[in-house]
Amino acid sequence: MSTFFNKFWKSGDPFVWMTGGALAFSLIMIIALIVIVGANALGFFWPDRLVQAKLKDGSEILGQVIEHQEIPTPGAKTEIVKHRTEFQVANRDLYGADFRWINDEDIVARSFPAEALFFERWEWGHLFGFLTTVTQDEKVIAEGFAQAWEKFQEIHPRTQETLDRIHGIERKEIGDINYDLEQTRLAIKRIQTQERDPAQVAKQVAALEQDIAALQRRYEEKTKELKALYDENARYRMTVQAAGGAKKELPVAAVVRAFLPNQLSWWERFKLYVTRVIEFVWDEPRESNTEGGVFPAIFGTVMMVLIMSIMVVPFGVIAALYLREYAKQGPLVRAVRIAVNNLAGVPSIVFGVFGLGFFIYLLGGSIDRLFYAEALPAPTYGTGGILWASLTLALLTVPVVIVATEESLSSIPREWREGSLALGATKWETIRKIVLPGALPGILTGMILAMARGAGEVAPLMITGVVKLAPTLPLDAHAPFFHLERKFMHLGFHIYDVGFQSPNVEAAKPMVFMTTLLLIGIILLLNLTAIVVRNRLRSRLRFGTF
Amino acid sequence: MDKEHSLPTHSVSVSHRADHSNGKDSAADGDARATEVQIRQVSLFYGSKQALFDIDMDIGRREVTAFIGPSGCGKSTLLRCLNRLNDLVDGVRVTGSIRLNEQELLDPTLDVTELRKQVGMVFQKPNPFPKTIYENVAYGPRILGMKQKARLDEIVEQSLRNAALWEEVKDRLHDNALALSGGQHQRLCIARTIAVEPKVVLMDEPCSALDPIATTKIEELIHELKQQYTIVIVTHNMQQAARVSDHTAFMYLGRLIEFGKTDKLFTTPEKQETEDYITGRFG
Repeated sequence: MSTFFNKFWKSGDPFVWMTGGALAFSLIMIIALIVIVGANALGFFWPDRLVQAKLKDGSEILGQVIEHQEIPTPGAKTEIVKHRTEFQVANRDLYGADFRWINDEDIVARSFPAEALFFERWEWGHLFGFLTTVTQDEKVIAEGFAQAWEKFQEIHPRTQETLDRIHGIERKEIGDINYDLEQTRLAIKRIQTQERDPAQVAKQVAALEQDIAALQRRYEEKTKELKALYDENARYRMTVQAAGGAKKELPVAAVVRAFLPNQLSWWERFKLYVTRVIEFVWDEPRESNTEGGVFPAIFGTVMMVLIMSIMVVPFGVIAALYLREYAKQGPLVRAVRIAVNNLAGVPSIVFGVFGLGFFIYLLGGSIDRLFYAEALPAPTYGTGGILWASLTLALLTVPVVIVATEESLSSIPREWREGSLALGATKWETIRKIVLPGALPGILTGMILAMARGAGEVAPLMITGVVKLAPTLPLDAHAPFFHLERKFMHLGFHIYDVGFQSPNVEAAKPMVFMTTLLLIGIILLLNLTAIVVRNRLRSRLRFGTF
Repeated sequence: MDKEHSLPTHSVSVSHRADHSNGKDSAADGDARATEVQIRQVSLFYGSKQALFDIDMDIGRREVTAFIGPSGCGKSTLLRCLNRLNDLVDGVRVTGSIRLNEQELLDPTLDVTELRKQVGMVFQKPNPFPKTIYENVAYGPRILGMKQKARLDEIVEQSLRNAALWEEVKDRLHDNALALSGGQHQRLCIARTIAVEPKVVLMDEPCSALDPIATTKIEELIHELKQQYTIVIVTHNMQQAARVSDHTAFMYLGRLIEFGKTDKLFTTPEKQETEDYITGRFG
């Protein structure tokens, strides 16, 4: 027996099993991660049926079943295990809480009323109930479910169009006017501080003040227009009766979407599901980020990663070139190399604090004093922004790029270098024409690693420019288009914010998973793009034309 | 001996060479041999370790000179002195004098890139660049500043013809060079070297990684090339040295033991070590 075991041990098979097992374990962990996140996330948008339940005490509830679990009763026999169900009853403004746990034994009867309506609202979360009346100019124009639902479907799209126009005016047109106003005010301040000749100051300021007056007039016009639109939407109101008899009277315009969840076919459910997912990816957040979409966060994440890559790759490559090609290899270079490697292990929050002290206060503060003095004491660059966050992350990831580049530089065969030098090329020509093209795939590998690391960092961003809700994107139609001083939203921070800082944690739970899934997806997409580019280069290097 | 093509940047040196050869050839007509490279008292040190000891040698113009000797005897090191490729190695020191015509090669102020344009090199392991065949051959001329497409095309074709590779690759000049075979690689490297019109071509065991057929082709090529170039070849293969070279230098332990006409050195060597080596008694 022992000889058999000895033989088995010597043959190396146990190690093959061990290594294979470790690999399988890692794979299972990764798949489990994706599956758990995905399952939790993707179920969120599925429009489930609304259950009406009669309770023992005579009250009624209407809601979606969220969870069903056993009540832990130590010592009880299995035949008499009790269960409880979590319902999302919504109607936060009526009941105070979105969710209720109900013991199954308290439920007398369940039904799925065909007329139960699911309202997604702009504010206050969902509303579940039955439509009773629709009013126009305070006169009832429809009563009873059939009539009211028909009227609602007729009026609702109009109110949403009006709402779209309202948002357009508020965001785009009034936003533009405000932007111009701010710029003109700053221009006046600049003239007052920089121009010496008082006559000139008076003349230029007067001209600008006329501009301001014109802008003010336009602003007032827009406000009037807005008021008309608001008044138009305020004409239509409706009353919804919630389970238990409570009534809610609200404007038709307050509803984003309404549907009859108990009458939907599978195909309709699926269409609704897809619409909700698309809305999540492309819309702005509502209700302190617990509803609506995450588009600004996606945009901020991608833009930050791209700015970071643009900064980190040239810097890291140049540093690695010097270390590997030009520096005399000795104790000093070795020390630098060790230092660079260790830099990769410094906790990321330390980089955040450094970014705050160096980039924001020192660099940003100096830029403000030199170029944006008129806006002071309100800081322009002297506060967190996407530029500083990207630079901080670039610093955090530069060791990765340096190490990968050095490795790929050292893998360029000596024969190629000698061949080039022997033809009379200088060292720089050799590096530019032979070494760098050959090292490009390795450099891109460094970039991929840096991007993966950078996109996942949250801690340093929290003190260098990420916010819960950014009113504007860092890229828009106002010249100079890139507003790198602006604060931005980030998916990683969004997860933290929605999951732990939100007023309605239970409702935000699926959002956490959905945002996580999206973050994984975006990192995957960025990396895949880089990997495809690298493989193209690599195959060109080997067989195609270069 | 006018070449069919020559780089404009080289016209000065070419004419200089012509003048020079006229002057000296007639003067040294005794053995009908003009010196291209004159090596005097060359010693080389890796740090404190001496690798070459007082080498003296005259390498004839448009001849093939072979360096033979056992491994580690310093023949490759000596070869690499001729284009200063030893500069790349840390801690190398060379004393003595190497003259290419009138130019002192060991002068520390010498522009080595300029020198390497005059002294080309073919390496032991074929080292085509990971570029197209065309780009490989055009690499040197481009480095010299050649930009006209028509002229480059001409140089590439001529160099490939001279390296006996044109017929095999003319239809796929823009394919990656790494897709060629080993023997083709080496001929491509030769084409790449002669594209810049060097005066001297150094070959460091150019056939040691090749099969016998490819080796034969390279040897035939060397015969052709010596019409135009001075060739110095390091080889382990004594039959090869006997076949291709006009003069042979036998080196041993960093010293030049014997240098003379190839047929004489292989038939009636003067030194005992030489005889022992070429008859296979050691090495």
